[in-house]
Amino acid sequence: MPKDSGIGASSKRREDIRFLTGAGNYTDDINIRGQAHVYFLRSDVAHGTIAKIDTSAAEGMPGVVRVFTGADFEAIGGMPCGWQVTDRHGQPMQEPKHPVLAHVKVRHVGEPVAAVVAETLEQARDAAEAIDLEINALPAVVDMKSAVTDGAPKVHDDLTSNLCYDWGFVEENREAVNEAFDKAAHVTTLELVNNRLVANPMEPRVAVGDYARGTDEHTLYTTSQNPHVIRLLMGAFVLGIPEHKLRVVAPDVGGGFGTKIFHYQEEAFCTFAAKACNRPVKWTSSRTEAFMSDAHGRDHVTKIELALDADNNFAAIRTETFANMGAYLSTFAPSVPTWLHGTLMAGNYKTPLIYVNVKAVFTNTVPVDAYRGAGRPEATFQLERVIDKAARELGVDPIALRRQNFVTEFPYATPVAVEYDTGDYVATMDKLEEMADLSGFDARRKESEARGKLRGLGVNCYIEACGIAPSNLVGQLGARAGLYESATVRVNATGGLVVMTGSHSHGQGHETAFPQVIAEMIGIDESMIEIVHGDTANTPMGMGTYGSRSLAVGGSAMVRATEKIIAKATKIASHLLEASESDIELKDGAFSVAGTDKSVAWGDVTLAAYVPHNYPLEDLEPGLEETAFYDPSNFTYPSGAYACEVEVDPDTGKVSIEAFTAVDDFGNVVNPMIVTGQVHGGIAQGIGQALLENCAYDENGQLLSASYMDYAMPRADDLPMFAVDHSCQTPCTHNPLGVKGCGEAGAIGSPPSVVNAVVDALQSAGKDVTHIDMPLSPARVWAAMQ
Amino acid sequence: MYNFDVEMPTSIADAVAALGKEDAQALGGGQTLIPTLKQRLASPSVLVSLSGISEMQGVCKGDDGKLCVGGATTHATVARDAASSFPGLAGLASHIGDPAVRNRGTIGGSLANNDPSACYPAAALGAGATIVTNDREIAADDFFQGMFTTDLEEGEIITEVRFPIPDASNYQKFLQPASRFALVGVFVAKFSDGVRVAVTGASNDGVFRWSEAEAALSANFSANALDGLTVSGDDMINDLHGTGEYRAHLVGVMTKRAVAAAG
Repeated sequence: MPKDSGIGASSKRREDIRFLTGAGNYTDDINIRGQAHVYFLRSDVAHGTIAKIDTSAAEGMPGVVRVFTGADFEAIGGMPCGWQVTDRHGQPMQEPKHPVLAHVKVRHVGEPVAAVVAETLEQARDAAEAIDLEINALPAVVDMKSAVTDGAPKVHDDLTSNLCYDWGFVEENREAVNEAFDKAAHVTTLELVNNRLVANPMEPRVAVGDYARGTDEHTLYTTSQNPHVIRLLMGAFVLGIPEHKLRVVAPDVGGGFGTKIFHYQEEAFCTFAAKACNRPVKWTSSRTEAFMSDAHGRDHVTKIELALDADNNFAAIRTETFANMGAYLSTFAPSVPTWLHGTLMAGNYKTPLIYVNVKAVFTNTVPVDAYRGAGRPEATFQLERVIDKAARELGVDPIALRRQNFVTEFPYATPVAVEYDTGDYVATMDKLEEMADLSGFDARRKESEARGKLRGLGVNCYIEACGIAPSNLVGQLGARAGLYESATVRVNATGGLVVMTGSHSHGQGHETAFPQVIAEMIGIDESMIEIVHGDTANTPMGMGTYGSRSLAVGGSAMVRATEKIIAKATKIASHLLEASESDIELKDGAFSVAGTDKSVAWGDVTLAAYVPHNYPLEDLEPGLEETAFYDPSNFTYPSGAYACEVEVDPDTGKVSIEAFTAVDDFGNVVNPMIVTGQVHGGIAQGIGQALLENCAYDENGQLLSASYMDYAMPRADDLPMFAVDHSCQTPCTHNPLGVKGCGEAGAIGSPPSVVNAVVDALQSAGKDVTHIDMPLSPARVWAAMQ
Repeated sequence: MYNFDVEMPTSIADAVAALGKEDAQALGGGQTLIPTLKQRLASPSVLVSLSGISEMQGVCKGDDGKLCVGGATTHATVARDAASSFPGLAGLASHIGDPAVRNRGTIGGSLANNDPSACYPAAALGAGATIVTNDREIAADDFFQGMFTTDLEEGEIITEVRFPIPDASNYQKFLQPASRFALVGVFVAKFSDGVRVAVTGASNDGVFRWSEAEAALSANFSANALDGLTVSGDDMINDLHGTGEYRAHLVGVMTKRAVAAAG
């Protein structure tokens, strides 16, 4: 019987009532009395020097409050980077200045050069057109490999080159890996591109700055996945505002996908300008601005080699990746191609030797940072593609080759510095073969061929690292932040609870899932528990939501705080029941004395905590409110096996996905319905990357895919009904819920199976095609077939 | 957007008069013009809306047997009202854009804009339609003069489009993955005196007739008749979504499919 409440129940998402009836409160819904609007004048050239910027005409335009340029921000800090990577030679990465408004030079199309604050947006825009801006264009750096050649134009004149860092991992294994390749019976090599993507959350970014002159207090309302991180970064590193004078609020947020983790110039600008103008200042991104100012994702160019011994055991992996940083270092950009990518190169396999080389490169393009999966999709894609290619070269079944090399004993220490606590890759693959009816594929292929279509089957596994992350470990790896999470659980006098969490929900359903956990722990109705998040004024310092960490880290903090609540409530109950604390049991929302019929209801205990007439005041403070900070001892390691079946139209190259099956091991699952939804969304984005999405620049650094006319988002009719299962559960061993995280799995696990399937389809027709770079558009597939 | 005035004439004569003002611009369904205005890429002083002119609305059969479509008729109306009389045209109209586009966009607006990836130019040219304006009648063969260019004079309004109804017809569109405009669209129309084939989406010169295919199909109206026939990709659009060579290939594929579907 499925449960109807608590952990394991598919409770309906309570937040959907407001989201689906237009009752949400998004940042753009916030309008403050006296508010002015800002319009950013953005560079339309990719690289150039600002020869002239004259704002005098603009300042005299109707409605203009003030015009700002880069010079106004010279005295304050630049945009900070939150992660410092150390290169192969022990040197820190090259870290350029990142101004709030471009000064002296512009470095990508879309970089803000000036900002006009005016009574209305249209007035601000009119005035921006009156700014006399002259930019002397310089040759743009777009292609990464060209960018690191001698004599290439430099994105940043004060850096030695366009190379941010040259990272080796594990550097000490470099020679041993090379020797393993020399001795290998077979080496499979694959060169590939992991295509640049634009996250495209439904809600574009918005910032509203407010300043209270009487109290010198700043408030920023912003579309963020982590308001505390924004407060810390912007307050401490950009504007010099202490936390007690700065409140950051991220109300309802309409999708983040990583791109709303980062601290952006527009946030700092609106906060700064609100004080400078003594007016609330609002900016709402247009979709066009989003394409050229939201951090992009992926953009790796990789060569991967897989060495196998004579028995087809994986002997070594060697990779060289060029990772695009764009023109500046976005908040967590350096960590994505390194610690979130290199550490996952073992995948689900016991490969004894691995060496990963990553060259991070500056180019005259929008900064690149984490996007759903962040480094792990790039690792999974290259690994699962090269394994498929190896199987074809060796003439063995790709599933059998994977099974032969699976890690089967846990814990398993990989040669890339992480230790998988649990997993059962055989079980997920068994389940996949059954659910996807792989044994019936040949018959389906014949049926497709009878209709003139080429059918292909692609399978892949994935592993990811979630629950980010142990603070002491990431500190050693270069993080300039801790990655714990926090929760305050406040019990009200009549028994209801409010959880103030540092996690942030922007589609994940925390408001539903988190109460299920507490309801289970106390034995009360989920409706008695409310989740508060997104406001630094009423939540404890927390690190926010990304890396599929909320339930594993934020949920664990909530469990720890709730345990403290239960411990104190038990003491109160023992007093009320006049029994020993050790004899008190909490079940179904009541405390009872073991072996007796004496009990006291949850609500009576909570009332006693706040109306302490009959209360052990000499031993116990009144009240019932506890806070916990939870710092994980390891990452979590969700894993799974995915299968994709495609039909390719040989006349046009069009790929249609006929079936998609995802078997995931997320450990314990709190709300299966929400988890299924998360997997659906992830797969849709993964298929979007595999077939449709392509953020493209021309050689001058002009963004070719700057609107939905050219940037293809996945639509419902591009996707089949997904078959999703998460019944294979090996609980995480080191967090109290045994959960692993599910938010990114679909986006990580799906691209390789799509490409594997298309290659399989083309090879079934005798085409000598071993790889096609994503997105597998009809034009690319057709060209590969010629 | 920049500021502009709006006029809502109820007759063609009033519309023509309004369009005589300096920097006046006709507004059909606004599916191209409104986004252009929002991006401040155009700054007309007056928008003259054609949607309130009843004599430019609707679909009917003329005395000569032609299907007459008012210039301000929406795609959705054509899809519904031409379904029995000219299913090839109705089918094309029913797959333009999405429901919102089809209920705002108009045939006159589409033809006057002559977007190289629009669907309607293929139907007008493929069926050999007559474009009727407030001033004259223009044969489709003379109307389309290259990408975003037509024979229309400044201030001239498409009031009606008259389609000869073919014995069989079909439109096949291969979608550009992002915009879902035609990467290549082919309209095939079989008349008693020959076959016409018009191609949209592919050429740098906008919609064009594929005369070799017309000759082959006039002799033998079957997909096989096209075997071995190719168009050159040299003057075809080359962009993110496909090379000229790919588009040229698709012209052949879509033409065959249109012939097969026309039956």
